[in-house]
Amino acid sequence: MFPWLTVLIAWPLVGAAVVGLSALVRSRTGPASAGTGLARPLALLFSLVEVALLVGAFVAFDTGAAAEHQLGAVHPWIPQIGASYAVGVDGVGLLLVALSVLLVPLVLLAAWKEQGRDEVRLRKFVGLVLLLQAFMVAVFAARDVFLFYVLFEAMLIPAYFLIGGFGQGAGRRKAAVKFLMFSLGGGLIMLAAVIALYFLGIGAGIDPSRAFLVDELAAIDLGTTAERLMFVGFFIAFAIKAPMVPVHSWLPDVAGNATPGTSTLLICVLDKVGTFGMLTLCLPLFPEASRWAAPLVIVLAVISVLYGAIMAIMQTDLLRLVGWTSVSHFGFIILGIFTFTPLGTAGSSFMMLNHGLATGALFLVAGFLISRHPEKSQKISDYSGLRSVTPVLAGTFLVAGLATLSLPGLATFVSEIMVLIGAFGGSPAGSAGWAIAAIPGVVLAAIYVLLTYQKIFTGAPAAGLEGLPDLHVRERVVAAPLVAGLLVLGLVPGLALTYVNAPAEQSVALTTVDEPADAATEMGSDK
Amino acid sequence: MTEFVAPEIDWLALAPLIVVLGAGVVGVLIEAFVPEKVRRTTQIVLALAALAGAFAFIAVLWPQIVVQPVQVVGGSLTLTPFALGAQGIIAVLAFLGVLVVADRTTTGQDAFAPAASAVPGTPYEDLARRSGLEQTEIYPLLLFAVGGMMLFASTDDLIVMFIALEVLSLPLYVLCATARRRRLLSQEAAAKYFLLGAFASALFIFGVALIYGFAGTVRLLEIAQRVQQGLPLEGMSVLLVSGVLLVVVGLLFKVGAVPFHAWTPDVYTGAPTPITGFMAACTKVAAVAALVEVLYRISIGVGGVSPDIMRQLQIVIVVVAILTMVVGTVVGMVQTDVKRLLAYSSIAHAGFLLVGIAGFNAPVQSSTLFYLLAYGLATIGAFAVVTLVRERRITSGTGEDNGPVGEGEGVVLGEATEIAQWAGLGRKAPWLTAAFALFLLSMAGIPLTAGFIAKFGAFTGATTGGLWWLAVLGVLASVVAVAFYVRVLVVMVFQKAPDEPESTGTEAVEAGLSTGSTSEDAVPTSGGAVSAGAAATLTKVRVTSAQRIVVTVVRSRGPAAVAIAVCAIATVILGVFPSPVLGLVEQASKFVP
Repeated sequence: MFPWLTVLIAWPLVGAAVVGLSALVRSRTGPASAGTGLARPLALLFSLVEVALLVGAFVAFDTGAAAEHQLGAVHPWIPQIGASYAVGVDGVGLLLVALSVLLVPLVLLAAWKEQGRDEVRLRKFVGLVLLLQAFMVAVFAARDVFLFYVLFEAMLIPAYFLIGGFGQGAGRRKAAVKFLMFSLGGGLIMLAAVIALYFLGIGAGIDPSRAFLVDELAAIDLGTTAERLMFVGFFIAFAIKAPMVPVHSWLPDVAGNATPGTSTLLICVLDKVGTFGMLTLCLPLFPEASRWAAPLVIVLAVISVLYGAIMAIMQTDLLRLVGWTSVSHFGFIILGIFTFTPLGTAGSSFMMLNHGLATGALFLVAGFLISRHPEKSQKISDYSGLRSVTPVLAGTFLVAGLATLSLPGLATFVSEIMVLIGAFGGSPAGSAGWAIAAIPGVVLAAIYVLLTYQKIFTGAPAAGLEGLPDLHVRERVVAAPLVAGLLVLGLVPGLALTYVNAPAEQSVALTTVDEPADAATEMGSDK
Repeated sequence: MTEFVAPEIDWLALAPLIVVLGAGVVGVLIEAFVPEKVRRTTQIVLALAALAGAFAFIAVLWPQIVVQPVQVVGGSLTLTPFALGAQGIIAVLAFLGVLVVADRTTTGQDAFAPAASAVPGTPYEDLARRSGLEQTEIYPLLLFAVGGMMLFASTDDLIVMFIALEVLSLPLYVLCATARRRRLLSQEAAAKYFLLGAFASALFIFGVALIYGFAGTVRLLEIAQRVQQGLPLEGMSVLLVSGVLLVVVGLLFKVGAVPFHAWTPDVYTGAPTPITGFMAACTKVAAVAALVEVLYRISIGVGGVSPDIMRQLQIVIVVVAILTMVVGTVVGMVQTDVKRLLAYSSIAHAGFLLVGIAGFNAPVQSSTLFYLLAYGLATIGAFAVVTLVRERRITSGTGEDNGPVGEGEGVVLGEATEIAQWAGLGRKAPWLTAAFALFLLSMAGIPLTAGFIAKFGAFTGATTGGLWWLAVLGVLASVVAVAFYVRVLVVMVFQKAPDEPESTGTEAVEAGLSTGSTSEDAVPTSGGAVSAGAAATLTKVRVTSAQRIVVTVVRSRGPAAVAIAVCAIATVILGVFPSPVLGLVEQASKFVP
């Protein structure tokens, strides 16, 4: 079988290396820093070939067995400490791999003019983006806890340089450091849990040279206390990454200071590792502890939904606003995962994809808007009346915004309604009540989206903004696939649901089958 | 009258030591007999050849020692796989260290004073400098130190260990005093190191005396046997405990563990930077290896474990490990000098190493060796980078505008070690910065670098020994440690150098916004005497005076660049594909007394 995932991981790495080596090709004319202009086309070419490879992977993927991990490979990596190179994706993993593969060419195109003519900077930017892509694909494909951890941490480094090196805000260095410290802090707590898992796995009789394989670890019983402790270790890392209240505070800073392209990759793809990790590591590895923690997690998720939305309404900075909306949406995703219903879990998986498309579109279009402002202002109050000046931009922004507020007919609506219905029937105590509590989040979303649209695009054009150009071809090419994706998946959600339904059912089954005794006693006490 | 029996000596087992120490002796002769013109080249070639030769002998010995450890001259040299592994690591790191020492860079000057014995500021010193004297004694001194280190790690005899301690320390004291620039600082460092080192040696030998009083022997193995047989002198176990503790204190001093770390920052700062790198890497290997030998042989050496002794030693090591991690990381946070920062980083690493060692189980030995290798590579590489980042004084009238500085303009001075001075290095020397960033990331223990695998080993070591809470503490200390490595990264990569032209695009907008922060980007106008706090006020001075100091990166003449490249590549390879090396060091953990 062709190792599609390995190729998908390796190809961007090759791309990053080629872009780096393109520094050796000197420009014949002009100053050295002007360079040859090779970096951008090269990177785009590599990312487009990656898309072609992704198509191949989709063809090879057997949708009939979407719950199984396919397309992968297992090789010993560091047998001395039990780490293997094990990759494989189920339907959810494949969709997230697809998201990381599809967004990169769009981000590269969107940032086409961003770094000016400074070839050195540009090379760094596109090289880091490709490197990040390789890590992202790999982390969604990892089926070995050690490998997952290594990638989980290693991908912070390119992300850190992307935030700190290329943002537009003056506070980007601080934002980058904050991002890194939050993520590393969480990651190192997870490391402690990973080490503990290793010892418990060996204690339970796993072959020490394959001690980190998820499939092996999922099969053992860890003991209640150990399982709960380790769940906490993993969950904190994922909650920081996701980000969930109260460990979300790095996200608005990053969103406000990084370039829109970086934010797109970071928040729309990289942060999915948090929710993806909850779904594919926390639930199978620690089923009992997941149920134990679910009531608290659900409360925090609902708080995230509401708090993120309220904070978004109060923002004056456009990019920070988009950042806060993500806090709200990640709340929904986490809510769906911890309801332990097939519908809610499938909805969350679907929403991970949709959020990537919708928020990605919003970030990138907001970036186009800001790049048009004479002072590159990010303040919402510096704009007004642009609908008449830049109608296509306004329209695209509106569609992306409506997707963010989950308008029926768009993909986000389907996933959000799945999560909420799933939560009504959720098994953790009181989850129906919390689902009702989360509904105002939908209303608040309408407020922050429509208010922002109204402020920026309606009324009379602000002074100095009358002559702004509308979206040109390159920018339309960036926005079109995202908008099209949202529409198509909204009208034909089955396209994506065939990939997420089976894994959702399986992960719910994992968390329930595990404790028939407890279920019986619960039923007994009901009588 | 008893007949003299010539001892059976396994010369092959002694060969690595003989090669290194012999080359040291030859080096002294070269000083005397080889003409000045070729002296330096001869010394460098000899030193590198000796270290490579020693490594070759170690490689030849390895398969044999792994199967059957040997004792030479009644245990004076005991080659276990662990000891031989430590010797091999010392040889590799010393080789890289010598490469850095040998580099004169494009300035044509190495890091050493023309006449180290001259009193700073005297006419004699001036004369020595102008007549182009060179001190090539550093190479034999380095070889003696390496020989001492290799013996230190591989003896069963406390008296031999003491001698090795002196053999390795005395050359280092001298080497510390030989810096070309900031001579007084260098000599002060040497004096401090010597005084405190002598104190530690005294404690060590006093401990040996007490142990001898208890056990009637200075051989670790026999001490362990005595312990196991029960106490021959009832009520005198205090002799043993205090003796072992004193010995351990002497070793912890060399390791640089808190509370015996006070010398580290000053000595690391004052010593010539190539020597600092060598010392930080190789001495740590030797001292940690010796510490493991002493602790493990006495506690878990003979067949079974003596739980009593082990527990008492464990408490000490655990406390020291915690203190070392906390002090190393927390105090490291506030450093403003790169060399001092690396010194505290080295202290913190001593703490992480001790976390693993405190696990008191045999597999820890292999992870300790891996840790030492990973740490040593990053340390030598990082200090090598420091040697290349220099200050350049520009005295001409062109200094009035703050335009870019041409290559070769002005006079290259000493190293620019203020962290603030490293602003914008990422643009001046992208590859060098990338290498330095890699070393910092490895020290921080970021995955896909050697440092991560090393830390993972140390923490699993502690967990295996039942000290899971110590591993958790170690993890928390790592978070703090990351913060201080990241600080340097931010300055190097994200901040702009004050003499750098503005770039286009978003960068220009950002520069317009950040005028308030130019003070932190300012460069002090004179050497290390200027503290970072004064940097803000010096911005004006720079503009008005005819002299200004800019930070420049001098090019290596080859050796240091090779060393940096080797360290960087090895750091990545050990991070991504560590299994071959892990497999080798795993053989070292077979504990055979």
